[in-house]
Amino acid sequence: MSISRDDVLRWMELFAAAVAEHRAELVALDTAIGDGDHGTNMDRGMRKALERLGASEQADAGAALKTVAMALISSVGGAAGPLYGTLFLQMGSALAGNPEIELADYAQAWRKGLEGVQARGKAQPGDKTMVDALIPGVEALERASDLSDGLRAAAQAAETGMKATIPLVARKGRASYLGERSRDHQDPGATSTYYLFEAAAAALAG
Amino acid sequence: MKKLINTPDGVVQDELHGFQAAHGDRVRVSFDPAMIVRIDAPVKGKVGIISGGGSGHEPMHGGFVGPGMLDAACPGEVFTSPTPDQMAEATKAVDGGAGVIHVVKNYTGDVMNFDMAAELGKGEGIEVETILTNDDVAVEDSLYTAGRRGVGVTVLVEKICGGAAEDRRSLQQVAELGRRVNANGRSMGMALTPCITPASGNPSFELADDEVEIGIGIHGEPGRFREKVGPASQVAERLMTPILEDLPFSSGDRVLAFVNGMGGTPLIELYVVYAEVAKIAQQHGLRIERNLIGSYITSLEMQGCSITLLKLDEEMTRYWDAPVNTPGLRWKA
Repeated sequence: MSISRDDVLRWMELFAAAVAEHRAELVALDTAIGDGDHGTNMDRGMRKALERLGASEQADAGAALKTVAMALISSVGGAAGPLYGTLFLQMGSALAGNPEIELADYAQAWRKGLEGVQARGKAQPGDKTMVDALIPGVEALERASDLSDGLRAAAQAAETGMKATIPLVARKGRASYLGERSRDHQDPGATSTYYLFEAAAAALAG
Repeated sequence: MKKLINTPDGVVQDELHGFQAAHGDRVRVSFDPAMIVRIDAPVKGKVGIISGGGSGHEPMHGGFVGPGMLDAACPGEVFTSPTPDQMAEATKAVDGGAGVIHVVKNYTGDVMNFDMAAELGKGEGIEVETILTNDDVAVEDSLYTAGRRGVGVTVLVEKICGGAAEDRRSLQQVAELGRRVNANGRSMGMALTPCITPASGNPSFELADDEVEIGIGIHGEPGRFREKVGPASQVAERLMTPILEDLPFSSGDRVLAFVNGMGGTPLIELYVVYAEVAKIAQQHGLRIERNLIGSYITSLEMQGCSITLLKLDEEMTRYWDAPVNTPGLRWKA
């Protein structure tokens, strides 16, 4: 079983739908420890991404992910624009020209994306950021031997990572200004990252 | 939520239309990507200066575009940093061959988007220097935070660097001057009320009717502590003490004192605060040689103020005094 360009388009549609559906939740999480714009910004960005995906033929899955990246970079702003933009740009580069993406290719693309996010945002595990959902998700994919099982395991691991941000004290982004007061809140970036893995499982797992 | 808007999502575009209608004789407003550019840009041989940041802080930055200050400003959505393509376009639009300065307030999103703009700009052959402002003493500057926020000193950096650029100082000289202004400036703010972003429709934080928050950020980021509202003299003391302790301002220093309104505070109250600032400065032997009083870096309709002290040197004073002609700040022009 492999992943096609159309599978990736479906994944992006589901992610956009999840962001739209959870827009208010992401805003509420971000209002508690940030500046309250995460849901609004990601929703605006993913709507723009779908618009651009629909506007022209995407050569392959990698090209589609790069289109999403450029849409996010040029429409989101904040920290989420560069971070998600970098994630999709790195994944897109890793998958460019590959018509039949196998589990190992897909896991490697996520690894490249993770590295890009960490290079851009300088976040370490435990800083209470999207990285805390990203790392366990990527590692679950890398451990898997079957694509469908791996996708479901990754979504589960990302969810666990997202929930594990609740007791953490933020060390990056606006939440870090809160210090101790950032405890007992779930990180909004880790939450949207979980939705990305969840959308991948829904779109790509057989 | 009651606001003078048409739709929450259209606020920034609608504001830009108003800006164009009002100031189209001196600035060029572009909508995609959004930017406000000096009408005579690029000025040949002059260092270009651009800044940008989330909207909701007006007149900063768009209101400071014009001779003697910024060459271009890139507005983001409300409280959201602008995107790299905006800054990359603005950089090209203002490059008069002498290089371009990016004035960046130290916020995670602003820093990352300006970084990406600089990367996109590589290969365009434009020399870019970044001045990062981080003057908010309310934030502990450590490895475990995003670092101090850029607040009031940003206005002073933009004015003083703008003056130096008009004087045809080099890119390195303007950048060095701007960094010196940032290094010698300290700020702290407070809020009487939160603000409401149009997109969320809810207050950015909760504050009881009789409470104030000391050390607030310009996006409603939490401050150092809350307390019962006291007289203006107490508020001024709460803000001035950490500022004075942070940079060794010493007796005999010449300073610029900037009392800034957060958007919803009337000028009468800012003057009440300024009287206290002047008193405290005198007690410490500081000579206030220049001042600025008004709402220049705001937080939507938030009530409150911030105080910025800048230790002046001769060069800073000269370029502070230089002519400026922008919608938000104007003298000798």
